[in-house]
Amino acid sequence: MLMVENVKELLKLHEGITRQVYLDNENSSIVPKEVVDAMLPYFNMVAYGNPTLTHKPGWEAFEVIMSCFQKISQFMGAKVLEEISFTPGESEANNLAIMSSCFAQRERGKKIVISEIEPINVLHVAEMMQKFGFTVTKVPVNSEGFLNMEKLHEAIDKDTILVSIAAVNNELGTIQNIKEAVQIAKDKNPQLLFHTDATDAYGRVPFNVEDLYVDLATVSSYKIQGPRGIGALYLREGVNLDRIIEGQVGTQKLWPGVENTPLIVGFTKASELAFEDFKGNTEKMGRLRDKLVDGLFSELPDLRFNGPRGEKRSPDNANISFLRAEGEALTIELSLKGVYLSSGSACSRRLLQPSHVLVAIGRRFEEAHGSVLMKTTRYLTEEDIAYVLEVFPEAVNRIRRIVGSTGVA
Amino acid sequence: MSRIPLPYNSKVMDLFRNPKNLGKIEDATVIAVAGNPACGDMITFYLKINEQTLVIEKAQFESYGCAANIATSSIVTEMIKGLTLKEVWTDITWEKVTQEIGGLPGVKIHCGVLAVGALKRAIRKYFNDHGNAPAWMPKENTFEEKQALEEEELAETMSKRLKPEEEKSPP
Repeated sequence: MLMVENVKELLKLHEGITRQVYLDNENSSIVPKEVVDAMLPYFNMVAYGNPTLTHKPGWEAFEVIMSCFQKISQFMGAKVLEEISFTPGESEANNLAIMSSCFAQRERGKKIVISEIEPINVLHVAEMMQKFGFTVTKVPVNSEGFLNMEKLHEAIDKDTILVSIAAVNNELGTIQNIKEAVQIAKDKNPQLLFHTDATDAYGRVPFNVEDLYVDLATVSSYKIQGPRGIGALYLREGVNLDRIIEGQVGTQKLWPGVENTPLIVGFTKASELAFEDFKGNTEKMGRLRDKLVDGLFSELPDLRFNGPRGEKRSPDNANISFLRAEGEALTIELSLKGVYLSSGSACSRRLLQPSHVLVAIGRRFEEAHGSVLMKTTRYLTEEDIAYVLEVFPEAVNRIRRIVGSTGVA
Repeated sequence: MSRIPLPYNSKVMDLFRNPKNLGKIEDATVIAVAGNPACGDMITFYLKINEQTLVIEKAQFESYGCAANIATSSIVTEMIKGLTLKEVWTDITWEKVTQEIGGLPGVKIHCGVLAVGALKRAIRKYFNDHGNAPAWMPKENTFEEKQALEEEELAETMSKRLKPEEEKSPP
């Protein structure tokens, strides 16, 4: 109870904010009205039934879910509907992909190959599989987060059953050459399965499962401003995996439970909006991101840009380390000004845990601790970014004044 | 890496927004540091001590760290002003600091410990510099000093595990 009271007080401190700009699209997102409006009828007006049952609301649900399937599979580049499975989010899709691939191939081999910078819903699951006798090899990346293809080649052997490399790194925006990675992996071992977490590619960089020739791919709704709690896993035709949880199976062979029709519709609507004008949307994200980054770099000294610049970076991603400032303090200071973003480090018991991604690209701990991650969307405006640039430098400067000479060598 | 909700109370927030006793003291009698930027928190205390009465006349701080780190450092400087070094040593504990600030989220308790560690270091340093450690000051490091040292060593060990720079050159 005490904690809730604290939060109420905390929220009161935000009264009087003149503008709010949500840049923490990595961790959640604003669901725009047009997406919510598309979802609303499916709660109580139409298709509220279970899609496997023999009555009108059930058939309505079946019809709308199938039409959503069709659209999402087109956006991902899948050939047939059966290749897509909805899951309650990207964590679940990544868990399903990894656990299920391992269990299905346990007689054939034991080795999982991932990169050093996989998101934790891949990294931690792969590490968990060690308890079941599987091994994990992490392929290094360079200072911009690009996969070392020679090391990938070295890592693949006869025992390898699964490779999982994200198409776009969620923290750095690094666009990997997945096509090349798939070729390298499959040339050396044609039997292995190749999974890519495409949550940060979908709707932001050109991505097509057929073209890349991946076996499994994860996408997520909230990362394209759809509702939270829904994602999808693509499984190439012929790839047979088992469920990792059991229950009443309906239209989703790999994920039991009653289909969440409104969320599926919201995810599909958000996908349509993202892909309808893909070029316009991504150009806008890129323009706003560049304005944000350039503005901060021109106003403030001692910044580090994390990840690649230019064409090989996702257009929405900005990741900057502010030296002589700690990330959590910065996020709170900016929240009080209506600018919402996240820090790359998170507090554990004693030490602040730096992002494993920033450590993997060679950032020192203090650089990781001062890092913030921001992602632009098609819904942000020039005025939003101008406001961020108006308040951001003073926020950093105030935190740096508290730091003073502490920790400065 | 997992994230933990951090519902800071209004006293922490108030001291984070308007820290009391912030900044260097140019003619400080003693300066002590605890923590390390690699750990994510580091505190410097500046104390102006009346050398006759051993009363802390002025205490200020600088801090690299989270809101809890800034707030606990600031409240420590408030709590010790006007006290003798002996009073500070015996009365100011991390529990008391945490209480004074109205409680901290569990993962932030170490901020209070680090602040008291830095404070005890400052007092120990003062007496060591003068070569007259009083009988009430234990020769062995206290819990808070040990914790500060442990945190610094941990950060050192973790930093050493990082890859050398040359392996990370751009393509």
